[in-house]
Amino acid sequence: MTLGFTLAYLTLIVLIPLAGLVWRSASLGWGGMWHVATDARTLNALKISFGTSLVAALINVVFGVIVAWVLVRYRFPGRRIIDAIVDLPFALPTAVAGIALTALYSKNGWIGRWLDPLGIKVAFTPIGITIALIFIGLPFVVRTVQPVMEEIRKEVEEAAATLGATRFQTISRVLLPGLTPAILTGFALAFARAVGEYGSVIFIAGNLPYISEIAPLLIVIRLEEFDYTGATAIAAIMLLISFTMLFVINLIQAWSRRRYGYAT
Amino acid sequence: MDVRVSGVRKEFDRFPALHDVSLDISSGELIALLGPSGSGKTTLLRLIAGLETPTEGKVFFGDEDASLKSVQERNVGFVFQHYALFRHMTVIDNVGFGLKVRPSASRPSNEEIRRRSSELLDFVQLGGLEKRYPAQLSGGQRQRVALARAMAIEPRVLLLDEPFGALDAKVRKELRRWLREIHDKTMHTTVFVTHDQDEALELADRVVVMSQGKIEQIGTPDQVYDTPNSPFVYGFIGESSSLSVRIDDGEVWLADRALGLKSDAPDGDAALYFRPHDVELVDGCGGCIAGTVIASRRVGATRRVELEIGGAAERVEIEIPADHPAREKSRIAFRPKHWRVFPKV
Repeated sequence: MTLGFTLAYLTLIVLIPLAGLVWRSASLGWGGMWHVATDARTLNALKISFGTSLVAALINVVFGVIVAWVLVRYRFPGRRIIDAIVDLPFALPTAVAGIALTALYSKNGWIGRWLDPLGIKVAFTPIGITIALIFIGLPFVVRTVQPVMEEIRKEVEEAAATLGATRFQTISRVLLPGLTPAILTGFALAFARAVGEYGSVIFIAGNLPYISEIAPLLIVIRLEEFDYTGATAIAAIMLLISFTMLFVINLIQAWSRRRYGYAT
Repeated sequence: MDVRVSGVRKEFDRFPALHDVSLDISSGELIALLGPSGSGKTTLLRLIAGLETPTEGKVFFGDEDASLKSVQERNVGFVFQHYALFRHMTVIDNVGFGLKVRPSASRPSNEEIRRRSSELLDFVQLGGLEKRYPAQLSGGQRQRVALARAMAIEPRVLLLDEPFGALDAKVRKELRRWLREIHDKTMHTTVFVTHDQDEALELADRVVVMSQGKIEQIGTPDQVYDTPNSPFVYGFIGESSSLSVRIDDGEVWLADRALGLKSDAPDGDAALYFRPHDVELVDGCGGCIAGTVIASRRVGATRRVELEIGGAAERVEIEIPADHPAREKSRIAFRPKHWRVFPKV
């Protein structure tokens, strides 16, 4: 009964739209599909989308883990406020974030004006896209890692210390390996979200074809040209890549769960 | 390795957890720190390990001042109540961890680490489980792994914090006997914390009874059981009954009656302590304690009765033979065989 309900719901909300997407793009045929996929502009857009998303997700893993650690282990005034701020990117309309970031990083912005003389351009380049994606991806890492961290007993660290492990050895050999599955999940979520992000990116990206044009934007452009098949083809390619990556990450997780016996 | 705790005081945020505690442990001894929760026993253990630093006072390992050393340098084996195993490592990797993190100069080769770890696993009777992960073991097995892991670093002293606290009663008893065997084979200086008096009395060479951040009494199990030196120890170890009495000229008085017991306690109000099972029943009463039975229940081979004594209606428990004819409302007279009088504070 519950299984039936779950399947019906999933089908309605997720599978039917995705199937529609595949069916629509299939009308192009393999040749047409190949043509769209190997088009230089499409390739560049995909490269930028997946490249910036990957970099942003990696950066989020590093800093997200640190933020989670500080929130879990340290008690300081304002901790609850900081904890709440982490969720802001979830709640904020992404366009607002995009406009704010653009204002900050453009040539005359608060931060951009200091970077510009150094020859660093952030707005309207892939760096800007990455920054926007870091912004929207951070809570995914923090919120997946935090609860697992809270379960790590202080005793485990103390045990490592009594056995002679330095602080660095305790972190690298005891704490981080235990967090790996959670970190992987956080990475996967932040990455998936970044690949699909649209609102916050289009403002700061500048959307120059071949340079700072992301795949979701290219889809919108194709739609505006009434090239529905072209748009769905790009979407189908993104779907395929994203699905493959999520599948691989899931495999790694299943493997580590089996290995470490986290099921109990 | 002798361990000496000297004049240690510990405060947490101005709240005192230990007041001026001193304790000498000789090499190869098995010592129990026994007390109710909040008595400071775990704090004392953690201070010896170096997981806490004393506010005042010192800890010596042999002649060396260990208080100057970090946890890592002290080389102690610590076993936690909830095992604290590394759950992403196999059993054998857990045991070998302490050797693997040594600086390369003193680190044995990988084969040597593996050999020693699996020897230790055999020693704690877990041979064959090397490849398991902690989540795949029972509680008792996990605690054995934790002990093997602690012993792998050849610690100068083994410290166990309520090692059996998370296990069920049957496993607990097994592991208790087993720990004693391990200790007799290895002769590691061992300190363990417990709130279970049976565990402490059965296992330890000497028991340190603690209460409210102070040591109440240190002694062999016989000493602390037979000659408790304070009302607290009397009440905490074994069962005890007490009565309000008065000391007058070396004579113990219960209300207006002399009990025929001599005491060298100072004159004034005092409390008489005795064990419920350590009494003799007497007929008629010249110099004895008499009371009315208000409750009686069968406990194993004997019967436990609650008596109401004298005008103040104080209640004490004593044990009588199961076939004793006493029933509710009847009167019983008895005299404690062993007893102690403590002045009222």
